[in-house]
Amino acid sequence: MKVVVCHVTLLDGTDFTCEVEKRAKGQYLFFKVCEHLNLLEKDYFGLTYKDNHDEKCWLDPTKEIKRQIRSNNWQFVFSVKFYPPDPSQLTEDITRYLLCLQLREDVASGRLPCSFVTHALLGSYTLQAEFGDHEPDPPRPVDFISQLKLESNQNKEMEEKILELHKSHRGMTPAQADLQFLENAKKLSMYGVDLHPAKDSEGVDIMLGVCANGLLVYKDRLRINRFAWPKILKISYKRNNFYIKIRPGETEQFESTVGFKLQNHRSAKKLWKVCVENHSFFRLNASEAPTKARFLTLGSKFRYSGRTQAQTRLASSLIDRPAPSFERTSSKRISRSLDGAPMISITEAGSETAENGRDPHLELHSDSKSPLRVHGDNIYVRHSNLMLEDLDKTQDEVLKHQASISQLKRSFMEAPPPSPPQPNQWEKRLTSSPATTIRVQQQQVSLEDEIASVLLSRRSAAECCSSTRPPCSATESTLEGAVTTCSAAAPTAVCTSSLSHPVSALSATEVSVPQTEASPADNPSSDTKEPAKTHEVEIEETIVIQEVSRAAKSGAVTITVDSPVIPPAEEEPQDQKEKVEEEATAVEEVAPSKPEGASSESESEEEAEYHAHVPASICQTKIPEEKEEEEEEEQIKKDEEQQVSAAVVPSIAVEVSQPTEETNQEEESIKEETMVERKDEKEETNVEKTDEKEEKESGRETEESTDDPMVTPEESPDGLIHAEETKMADPTEEQEQPKMNGEASLVEVDPRPQVICCSEPPVVKTEMVTISDTFAAQKTEIATKEVPIVHTETKTITYEAAQLDGNGDGEPGVLMTAQTITSESLCTTTTTHITKTLKGGLSETRIEKRIVITGDCDIDHDQN
Amino acid sequence: MAGLMAGFGHYTHAIVRGIPASLAKEALRSSQAEVDLTKARTEHEAYVEVLRERLGLEVVELPADESLPDCVFVEDAAVVCGETALITRPGAESRRRETEVMKEALQNLHLNVVEMTDENATLDGGDVLFTGREFFVGLSKRTNQRGAEILADAFKDYAVSTVPVLEGLHLKSFCSMGGPGLIIIGSSEPAQKALKIMQQMSDHRYDKLTVPDDIAANCIYMNLPNKGHVLLHCTTEEFPESVKVFEKLKDHMLIPVSNLEKVKVDGALTCCSVLINKKTNI
Repeated sequence: MKVVVCHVTLLDGTDFTCEVEKRAKGQYLFFKVCEHLNLLEKDYFGLTYKDNHDEKCWLDPTKEIKRQIRSNNWQFVFSVKFYPPDPSQLTEDITRYLLCLQLREDVASGRLPCSFVTHALLGSYTLQAEFGDHEPDPPRPVDFISQLKLESNQNKEMEEKILELHKSHRGMTPAQADLQFLENAKKLSMYGVDLHPAKDSEGVDIMLGVCANGLLVYKDRLRINRFAWPKILKISYKRNNFYIKIRPGETEQFESTVGFKLQNHRSAKKLWKVCVENHSFFRLNASEAPTKARFLTLGSKFRYSGRTQAQTRLASSLIDRPAPSFERTSSKRISRSLDGAPMISITEAGSETAENGRDPHLELHSDSKSPLRVHGDNIYVRHSNLMLEDLDKTQDEVLKHQASISQLKRSFMEAPPPSPPQPNQWEKRLTSSPATTIRVQQQQVSLEDEIASVLLSRRSAAECCSSTRPPCSATESTLEGAVTTCSAAAPTAVCTSSLSHPVSALSATEVSVPQTEASPADNPSSDTKEPAKTHEVEIEETIVIQEVSRAAKSGAVTITVDSPVIPPAEEEPQDQKEKVEEEATAVEEVAPSKPEGASSESESEEEAEYHAHVPASICQTKIPEEKEEEEEEEQIKKDEEQQVSAAVVPSIAVEVSQPTEETNQEEESIKEETMVERKDEKEETNVEKTDEKEEKESGRETEESTDDPMVTPEESPDGLIHAEETKMADPTEEQEQPKMNGEASLVEVDPRPQVICCSEPPVVKTEMVTISDTFAAQKTEIATKEVPIVHTETKTITYEAAQLDGNGDGEPGVLMTAQTITSESLCTTTTTHITKTLKGGLSETRIEKRIVITGDCDIDHDQN
Repeated sequence: MAGLMAGFGHYTHAIVRGIPASLAKEALRSSQAEVDLTKARTEHEAYVEVLRERLGLEVVELPADESLPDCVFVEDAAVVCGETALITRPGAESRRRETEVMKEALQNLHLNVVEMTDENATLDGGDVLFTGREFFVGLSKRTNQRGAEILADAFKDYAVSTVPVLEGLHLKSFCSMGGPGLIIIGSSEPAQKALKIMQQMSDHRYDKLTVPDDIAANCIYMNLPNKGHVLLHCTTEEFPESVKVFEKLKDHMLIPVSNLEKVKVDGALTCCSVLINKKTNI
């Protein structure tokens, strides 16, 4: 193996050099560094590198270094990645010391703004920690301080203040001084807040801050909004837009999606990843970890694979070693020039970080950080204070909401991995590659080798619809991947949906759902690989956060079953989680890499998207401004209420009755709807998890308690065509549906307003889509009427059959069904997809896309 | 130095100002009420008396200025937090000069004085709610975004969130702090809405004490050595129902202070003083 020399800048400014194999993963290097530092509580830290655009990125431990840095510059910086909200809970002094070093730099660089007095106070603790008690005749500190470069007018004053405060710390040990430093630093409002420049709906520069508690929105230095993690249902990005779906407030029935415009696709993705990681780290607890881990591991970088704070705390509590002795920086660093604030100067002045390059001295650090940098296009985003009110609702309240969320994925793909099933679902998932949908207009899709199989079949949409559905054999454990086809001949749009359903015999029988698979399952492999290039590629990644216990889901499921006509009683359980997983045939590893590549492409190609191809059909776009997005995304994140067609419901119900495990869901269900009109996009969306609400049917397994963020990348090609793969409903129905997209589905649903509406008006200028049940009804009507309103609605409902046990592995049959209804008002095309997936324990599924839909009240609404 | 954010409610000094005769006729007001100047002055004297005698604060009394009819409401002229004092730029043109004397007084106390010089900025201290952990700034007729930004610059340690004030004069016309982590809030819809926004914007959890009358929610909280929690609130004569609510605060030393006259010109309890925590002899 070839060996490469890595240079890592440590927090004290020194360089650590080590050799790694060229194909080593990030983890290897990180562990090497931690070993060098004698650091055990390492989960709070990470390595960064500079990408081609000179932006700082976190090195993904699970991926090869070489594939991330994309250059031959093997330079890294060791930094704090997750700032512990309460540093006093760290187990070891050495960990606190390293955190102090980071914070000194943060303060000096202005990344962590603080007042003069606080600055001086922190500096005084640094002095105490590094030099010990103040000496009446202070040779050292004085020298030290004099080296500091402070603002000219503050220099003297700051120096005096620091010395004065230093005197008061007499007798304090270095460890105590560090702790005091941290106790003060942690109270600063910007402590641990990772800022990302963005723009709001009016094109105004704002900053999005990701922290342990959630997402903060700043305008200049003012906090103008805040979205705590519990209020966020989904996080996603598309192109250079970043979206969060907000839990409806007490009084509201609508879920809203707030979008922000970032500078480019890269920054949107970066922000998304940071959010995913922070949410995972801080919000998930140990118990939930396993579940999460699965999701996380599924694949791509998109998930946080490390330990959560809860887990790392637990691990730290088990540390059993004498406190390691370590040398503080003062001795080594003092000679260096200090460019930062006093504190920094002591230890880190020398360090290099880019941030030091900034003017630490500027008073308005925040300014420097700020928004000015952003040069975005229009922003579709809105961060309105207005929304706040609604958001107030607590999770409990949310339960009441029925909102079902559906995501539309247009293109997609599926992944039928031929690979052998693994006994352990866990493993399976790990191995499984996240499905990626690929849309290719021009048919060029670059798939990674890893992708097991992608089938591209050319079909007319009609054909797609008509695609035969083979009944699922109960026995089939293997997933079948449907293939999406792009009709080369008819560029227009082809819908292909492939479903891979592992079905357990049991479930299968119950389900009795014919599975439709894109007929050309085989084709894919060749096709998929063919396209090396996709012209239009969009990647969306969405993370859904579930905070509801799964038990709820089960309940939900049951509900759904009944639901078609569900009695009010069931309503309570309203929250149903539906998860639709879409699997793409992409190797996990690949997936991550892909997005990036795609991203770049997408960016360049955005223009391309403007193509006429964007059919009016793409109704979704409500904002003219956002044509690009609209086209691409049409439905990407639309929330749709789920309305279950009666027919479907019954079938589902049967299955539903059985307990399902979430895990199964993940594996199994895949639905992809792709409406493509020659648009090729790759979207990787992560699936969301909807909340599952508590529920009602506690009886069922409530394995998952609240927050499980499920992350699944979904890729949906945008297109007019929706490929549906639903296996649930009767084959006949299915066939019909596809053909008659909108209508058929509608018809079925009819009794209840099935259609989900995206209320345009409210949404205008924002990409927010709000769907209310009530609205749904109305809208459905509209849809039927073919009101000129253009909206596309997609509903995906996944029912998870009850799983006997929470265990994913053992579960032979998990049934998942999803309906997706897409209606495009302009076109008046409604597509309904019903997918039932049975899980086979053995089946190997690669899920690239998972969509979790939670319909809380849907049923209720429907009934109404 | 106790460290950042320690000692919420601890004060050593108070700055107040006399009532000019012009207050009766010329002071800004949202109603048409007639002000009895004598009663107003008596009321204010009682207020100052409580601060000085009952609570033992060092009271700095600034002389009234007849050309500044609203000058008694010193709160609007400065925001003091820790050792930093921000001289505001009041939203009402007629009140701008009130800051001159205030600035002088604060400098005399050796505070780190910061001035709001931006001509596009306006800020009334009455729109600034400091909770001990963060600031909320009401965007009202008197306070704008720019003013809030400058405040955020002046107090970098703290989060500064903006809250729209749709009704009422100031943010603190319907709320105030009643203790660490305790927000006293009026029961009107605008007040409750504002509270919800504040709760959403905050990383911290606040308890709330809802009182029937909005203006009664304007109280002065202190945490003084040897006295513990102190709350200056409205009198039974003014808002009997609200007083009943305050009386449930068993841990607080409750001191009713009459505000019958000053309220006619939109003056609340907090309006009439600037409270300062000054370390001795620095």
